[in-house]
Amino acid sequence: MSAAASGARTASEVAAAVATGQVSAAAVLEEHLARIDATEAEIHAFNHVMVDEARATAQAVDEAVASGSDPGRLAGVTVALKDNMCTRGTPTTCSSRILVGWRPPYDATVVTRLAAAGAVVIGKTNLDEFAMGSSTENSAFGPSRNPHDPSKVPGGSSGGSAAAVAAGYAAVALGSDTGGSIRQPAALCGVVGVKPTYGGVSRYGLIAFASSLDQIGPFALTVEDAALILEVIGGHDPADSTSIDQPAPDLRGGLGRGVDGVRVGLVRELMGPGIAPDVAQRVTEAAEALEKEGARIEEVSLPSFTYGLSAYYLIAPAECSSNMARYDGVRYGLRAEAPGITEMYKATRAEGFGPEVKRRIMLGTYALSAGYYDAYYGKALKVRTLILSDFERAYADVDVLMSPTSPTVAFDLGAKTADPMTMYLNDVCTIPSNLAGHPAISVPFGGGEGGLPVGVQLLGPALSEPLLFQVAAAVERAATAVFEGRPL
Amino acid sequence: MALPEGWELVCGLEVHCELRTATKLFCSCANEFGSEPNTNVCPVCLGLPGSLPVLNEQAVELAMRIGAALDCDILRSTFHRKNYFYPDMPKDYQISQYDEPINVLGHLDLPDGSTVGVERAHIEEDTGKSQHVGGSGRISDATHSLVDYNRAGVPLVEIVSGPDIRSADQARAYVAELRSIVVATGASDGKMEEGSMRVDANVSVRRVGDPHLGTRCEVKNLNSLRSLVRAIDHEASRQIAVLKDGGAIVLETRHWDEGAGRTRAGRRKEEADDYRYFPEPDLVPLDPSPEWIASVRAALPPLPAARRQTLAETIGVDETLEAVITAVGRDLDRFVLDAVAAGADGKVALSRAVNDIPVDGQVAVGAFAATVSMEAAGALTATQAKKVLEELAAAGGEGDPAAIAAGLGFQALGEDSLARAVDEVIAARPKDWADYVGGNDKVAGMFVGQVMKSTKGQADGKAVTRILNERRAAG
Repeated sequence: MSAAASGARTASEVAAAVATGQVSAAAVLEEHLARIDATEAEIHAFNHVMVDEARATAQAVDEAVASGSDPGRLAGVTVALKDNMCTRGTPTTCSSRILVGWRPPYDATVVTRLAAAGAVVIGKTNLDEFAMGSSTENSAFGPSRNPHDPSKVPGGSSGGSAAAVAAGYAAVALGSDTGGSIRQPAALCGVVGVKPTYGGVSRYGLIAFASSLDQIGPFALTVEDAALILEVIGGHDPADSTSIDQPAPDLRGGLGRGVDGVRVGLVRELMGPGIAPDVAQRVTEAAEALEKEGARIEEVSLPSFTYGLSAYYLIAPAECSSNMARYDGVRYGLRAEAPGITEMYKATRAEGFGPEVKRRIMLGTYALSAGYYDAYYGKALKVRTLILSDFERAYADVDVLMSPTSPTVAFDLGAKTADPMTMYLNDVCTIPSNLAGHPAISVPFGGGEGGLPVGVQLLGPALSEPLLFQVAAAVERAATAVFEGRPL
Repeated sequence: MALPEGWELVCGLEVHCELRTATKLFCSCANEFGSEPNTNVCPVCLGLPGSLPVLNEQAVELAMRIGAALDCDILRSTFHRKNYFYPDMPKDYQISQYDEPINVLGHLDLPDGSTVGVERAHIEEDTGKSQHVGGSGRISDATHSLVDYNRAGVPLVEIVSGPDIRSADQARAYVAELRSIVVATGASDGKMEEGSMRVDANVSVRRVGDPHLGTRCEVKNLNSLRSLVRAIDHEASRQIAVLKDGGAIVLETRHWDEGAGRTRAGRRKEEADDYRYFPEPDLVPLDPSPEWIASVRAALPPLPAARRQTLAETIGVDETLEAVITAVGRDLDRFVLDAVAAGADGKVALSRAVNDIPVDGQVAVGAFAATVSMEAAGALTATQAKKVLEELAAAGGEGDPAAIAAGLGFQALGEDSLARAVDEVIAARPKDWADYVGGNDKVAGMFVGQVMKSTKGQADGKAVTRILNERRAAG
């Protein structure tokens, strides 16, 4: 029986159907591969579809089911991985020419955990080079496109993962979020996207962009699926020193609790100028829907958010400039031939990195240089502290915050590539959570201009995932009620 | 070597010690010298994309031991990235400690009574090793380079002294003492020849009485105590010559060329000095508990200075005596003290232990004490005692010294036999004897030698000299 015929649509449903033998992991996989065959040439969600490996994994899952052993919590669930997570023996490129040909000798911790849970990794998805961008147009291998309207971007930098879930290429996907790179593409592609608390998911094997901000999280069709994935990939990992020393929390248990008495703060700074009216309208409607369910809605002000973007675009490039240093042509990846070591470094990096990566390396190198450190990097760290204290003040009055995920719905390919500043403004709503290390979720809530998806962002303090997911589930139910079904 | 009249050396040393941990600083690869190239490597120490460091607890413990032994404050510390490109540095940044090092404000008291301040002793990772092939062997004109990453990520403690050193000999004493300390605490094997202890010297000179520091040069590639002394002397002389000529010293790195006996200019510092340090985001602050710090301090073994004092007091000599310093430096002090406890004469035991037991040999303390006692009692001459110790060492350390001495035909000559042997030699050389009686002391040695020869080395040289003097006084 096919997955569709079995009625299994979401990851949770598929895992249950596969584990009970109602449907085979192989059949589930073939349906996804068929969809990839049909439309991937246009969407370009993947850098690399792992057909053979995925079939072997699906077969192993089916054998486990047949032999009566536990196939795992994600039995037969197809997962697409952003191509900045290491997969042993499989190309991992970060959508950069500089890593072409490199095959990691090890798996990222999240990959190991997915495999142990019986998930079927179906491929590596496209991204802005080294996760630097907001539209997936900075990929060395060409842009991905939005499944809702292929003339639009899917967002970024995890655009390939968002598109893969939206297009039905995989039940779920993993992305990484440094300044909004999961939530913004989730919003633009009409799926759920989660940036967990910093340290909630191991970064071991995630190729770093800005280490103090990077965090892996799920894309899914439903809040429940996102919770399930986070339960599998989250929890302490001794290989990551910044990993929180706690097991992954139970997130699905509270999804039905509702929002009666929950205090929700609408962020004033993210509801006014710079936010498209269609987007602001949907966020207001979502707040009203929660209010009907018993939530208390109030407007709160977090003035330092205004400086978040500036601080982020100093801290992230600073760390990036150091993290990108190892791509020097000496040990792996691209090496341009040149007469001496310095010339080889220069030629390799000139050829291997795209313009946005070079721009950020230069910005970051400058910000960390002697004589400029205090004025730039040092000041940015102070803003980071200010944002933390603004959050702290806000959470004294409310339980969670609410805002748009992205200032606009999906925009045309090429619309913002000419001016990096315009592109950077996409991240204004998402950056504060990264600077604070806090969790945030983007949940689809109807359509905006052109019928394109709008995402509502929910923000909470560190380790507040159980409550955030509870509220997100309520937003999801409201969306289903208001829009009579999901936008896709 | 003394500097020209009116000039003073100002020197500070940066000593890198590889810690004797089982594994590397941030991964579980073996910390091992001499393995096949690139066999002790993993994604972390190769800096592969996506890998992350995890701090080695044993390295922290050993670093704290060094700090405790140098009487440092042991503090909460953080790690920074020091950014620069070099092929043997896998990440193109080094994880080090910057403005918040683990150990600060200590000092090292030297055997001569002087004190050198220790500004900091911080933790950092080692680089790999490059071998440049072709040209001069330097990276600048090599045809190609080979890199071994076995050493990449090996834990180091960098111990930075204050600018308190005033002579090359003091620099040598400082490094030797530091070496004893890191060995005594088990923190490092301190082997300069294997590069597990590496020294850079910041050298400047000034006119005596000038309160300002001169411009310094950092001298690198000092692979032995001998190189250290020669390089500092050379560099100080070079700087004085430049200044006397009306020139100025340029802040730069200079490499010691052992063969040529001179330093050569390396890169100018102002070009390379911006390491763009920033806090290492992949590690959390290192905040050892007060209990941990206290336990490290409490568990410190007796340090060389205290051991020298114990040894010197026990055997009644000055603690600055070279043999005392050597005994402690070579870890022989416990052996000497045990021999003394077993009844041996302290001074003889010290001398024999330091000078006459082969460096790679061993003698059981009981046999050693017995040999020393036989010598002190006149039953063996010094020469014979040395020979017996040699035999003991060759036999693996155990044995009966009396039996060995008998087997070698050693028996101290009685006073009568000895006097007879002396008289025979005098009688055989009347002309030389007249010379000696006439006041030419130079021939005394010849007489002693002849007596040694005729007694097959069984005579005690001191006793022969005494008898010769008695005969001369008697006319």
